[in-house]
Amino acid sequence: MSNIKEAEVLVIGGGPAGLAAAVSAARSGAKVVILERENKAGGILKQCIHNGFGLKYFNEELTGPEYAERFIDMLEGLPIELYTDTMVLSVNRDRMVTAVSQQLGFVTWHAKAIVLAMGCRERTRGALQIAGDRPAGVFTAGCAQRLVNLEGYMPGREVVILGSGDIGLIMARRFTWEGAKVKLVLEIMPYSSGLNRNIVQCLHDNDIPLLFSHTVVKIHGKDRVEGITYAEVDERRNPIPGTEVYVPCDTLLLSVGLIPENELTEGLNIPMDRVTNGAVVDQNRQTDAEGVFACGNVLHVHDLVDNVSEESMIAGRSAARYALGQSGRGEPIPVKCGEHVRYTVPQKVDPAAQEPGEDLRVYFRTDNVYQNVTVELRSGDTLLARRRRMVVAPGEMENISCKYADIGKISGEISVHIITGGAK
Amino acid sequence: MFDVAIIGGGVIGCAAAWALSRYEGRFCLLEAHEDVANETSKANSAIVHAGFDAEAGTEMARLNVLGNAMFDMLHEDLEVPFIRNGSLVLAFDDEDMAHVKELYERGIKNGVPGLEIWDKARVLEKEPNISENIVGALWAPTGGITCPYELTIALGETAAMNGTEFIFNFRADKIEKDADGFTISAGDRKVRAKYIINAAGLYADEVSALAGGETFGIYPRKGEYIILDRSEGNTVSSTIFQTPSKMGKGILVTPTVDGNLLLGPTAEDGEIKDDFATTAKGLAEVRTQSTRSVPGIRFNKAIKTFAGNRAQTPVHDFHIKVSDKVPGLVHAAGICSPGLTSAPAIGEELVGLLSGIGFELKPRADYKGKRKAIRRFREMNPEERAEAIARDPRYGRIICRCETVSEAEIVEAMHRPIPARSLDAVKRRTRAGMGRCQSGFCSPYVMKLLCREHGMKMEEVTKFGGQSFIVYGKTAEPRQEDAK
Repeated sequence: MSNIKEAEVLVIGGGPAGLAAAVSAARSGAKVVILERENKAGGILKQCIHNGFGLKYFNEELTGPEYAERFIDMLEGLPIELYTDTMVLSVNRDRMVTAVSQQLGFVTWHAKAIVLAMGCRERTRGALQIAGDRPAGVFTAGCAQRLVNLEGYMPGREVVILGSGDIGLIMARRFTWEGAKVKLVLEIMPYSSGLNRNIVQCLHDNDIPLLFSHTVVKIHGKDRVEGITYAEVDERRNPIPGTEVYVPCDTLLLSVGLIPENELTEGLNIPMDRVTNGAVVDQNRQTDAEGVFACGNVLHVHDLVDNVSEESMIAGRSAARYALGQSGRGEPIPVKCGEHVRYTVPQKVDPAAQEPGEDLRVYFRTDNVYQNVTVELRSGDTLLARRRRMVVAPGEMENISCKYADIGKISGEISVHIITGGAK
Repeated sequence: MFDVAIIGGGVIGCAAAWALSRYEGRFCLLEAHEDVANETSKANSAIVHAGFDAEAGTEMARLNVLGNAMFDMLHEDLEVPFIRNGSLVLAFDDEDMAHVKELYERGIKNGVPGLEIWDKARVLEKEPNISENIVGALWAPTGGITCPYELTIALGETAAMNGTEFIFNFRADKIEKDADGFTISAGDRKVRAKYIINAAGLYADEVSALAGGETFGIYPRKGEYIILDRSEGNTVSSTIFQTPSKMGKGILVTPTVDGNLLLGPTAEDGEIKDDFATTAKGLAEVRTQSTRSVPGIRFNKAIKTFAGNRAQTPVHDFHIKVSDKVPGLVHAAGICSPGLTSAPAIGEELVGLLSGIGFELKPRADYKGKRKAIRRFREMNPEERAEAIARDPRYGRIICRCETVSEAEIVEAMHRPIPARSLDAVKRRTRAGMGRCQSGFCSPYVMKLLCREHGMKMEEVTKFGGQSFIVYGKTAEPRQEDAK
């Protein structure tokens, strides 16, 4: 195979995760290549024109494009090559990456380290197997957002939204502000998976009704959506016969889950976490494949881009260290999910590989809404950290940190526990 | 004045057009929708049946076996996707096994080659994921899989390449006869032809009635399907049937030519011909019944569900004949399973019938019998990819991430002998939008390409023609109602 390009750190994806990882890798001394499939970097942030980004990271309230621009500006002066309009086709454990673009043709890179930052895709109607006709007018919320915010077209006028995830909530407000009528938001769970501030600012402030424990059971329409039938669901999330209601509308928006885009990752044959649908990683975000790191939504779906940036900075730095031959690998200790914890990232910790001076932060999500809880990070019987939280919810990612000074206390299996005062 | 007008652009109409186009004459195909393969032909099991199922002595049996044997040629000359992966009809008990033996005997009578009865061990050796509850199966090595809409498009494009005129959005509402031939109207539009081939699928009765012809009693029998991600495509390698019932061949588990796993169809008789809705009950039945054959199916890997309607008639056979009542009218009515398999043979049969009522068959001197499919970037090796991009840089711009479809292929689809003018037409020709994200990523790009290549506005782009618009207008523009 002719013409293999060499790279030190190769980042797949130029969205917020890839940009932060690239900046961090470059600042750690590596030469970086970013491969981005769209014609501009910034990823999904390009179409998130609402604000609320950067409250944690920059202590400012930015729009999505502004947040992306901050990181794009950071590329300046760093040894980072950004290739846009470039689609990666394959990755393997030898860290060979093939890609195509109009300018480059079909190219192969061999990288010393790879950062997977491909983001996620949206769950579709087909995946949910929603019955009914198959007219035009059924959109995933992100696709509708792209049409409205980037292309400048209205996908609908009378809208029903399935799913109270953040994208659905944001689009409820967006459609309303563009003059459409958002009739209803339906949520199959008894609680929302979105951020509370979005429920308030998008639905309550626009008088849009939200029905918990309901779902769409049928879509109607010959050429274009004409209406939907919804029904209440029981504790096992099955529709209850007799509770069906028909709502006329011309658009159904689906905000029913994000799935990490790990199709390329399949080429690496690495252990994946069945709860996150992302790779299993250590605290430096290294996967089971030597020199392959993952961060951002491709690793686990985040709620705040600020956390994506923080996580990706770790991944980028670690990738640089690996590429420059500065890191070793020890024996990772598994991180287990204690009561009420659905998953943790990282899923394993290598205490010897902890960045000097940096606290060990473990991200996690709970399985339900609880009030007045205590979160504990333990290693065997040793308590590493404890925090109190007034509310924890599945829709808001949490974290707990072990201080760097206490890393030495880690010996046995690490675990995260949520001790409840009482479930909501 | 056309010599022959074919009414209906499904696989039968396009097969008739293909078979006719070898001969001199002016031919047209009139299709109610905006593209070929818009109803039954795009929503079926995609199976090329071996031919053991149809009753011996029927037209179905005869044309199934003839049609099956033509698929190697179609694959070679027209680049129609086709894999002869073999069929297994499973028996779960002694009663099933008796059925299986009946099918074996019937198959032999029908002239189906290579049939064998296998015991449980042999079946599980070939297909380890099949249920342990089986007692044996019928193995039919000549069974295969194809892509029904690509077949339809290939047949249609070949006809178009040889001069057949394809007229879309033409739903015949009047047929008048005079001494010279027929006048077929769709509103103000009129087409004149000496002969008519009625290949109107679910609406063959309606078309026949317009001309004053006989009725066949066509009613829709719905079949619902679930299609799973390509990750599941290796679950089985052959097409797995259950023993058939009065209603049909039962629910299959089959790989598709593109590597997906297809489950279905159900069989529900109905009254509304254009009711293509899936139902909770039907989809649940697909899940339950397919699990009987293959217990480990991962339904969380479903990417799409759909339904199609078979054109069923009370007399269970094809009705391919010259009209008893209307001279010059030839029917291909009630073409339900094994209609897809039989299609190329039916096409030739119809040409034979036309010849029998006076249409002179003179081979076309400049007949182009070979058709090239759109080259798929996804199927190219690295050298071919590099060369394709060097020749046409649009191969380097991947539009559909999930199926690795490039701009070059999508643009080509829009300029083929039967051009794609909607999202679904592009999808059927290129697979853009058939992957895991179900066009969530690529649809805005395909819409913009349609605008660029066909001079459409975004508001004019449809999913499948008619009123299936994607967007209502620009965000910045006031609505008509508001501008009072």
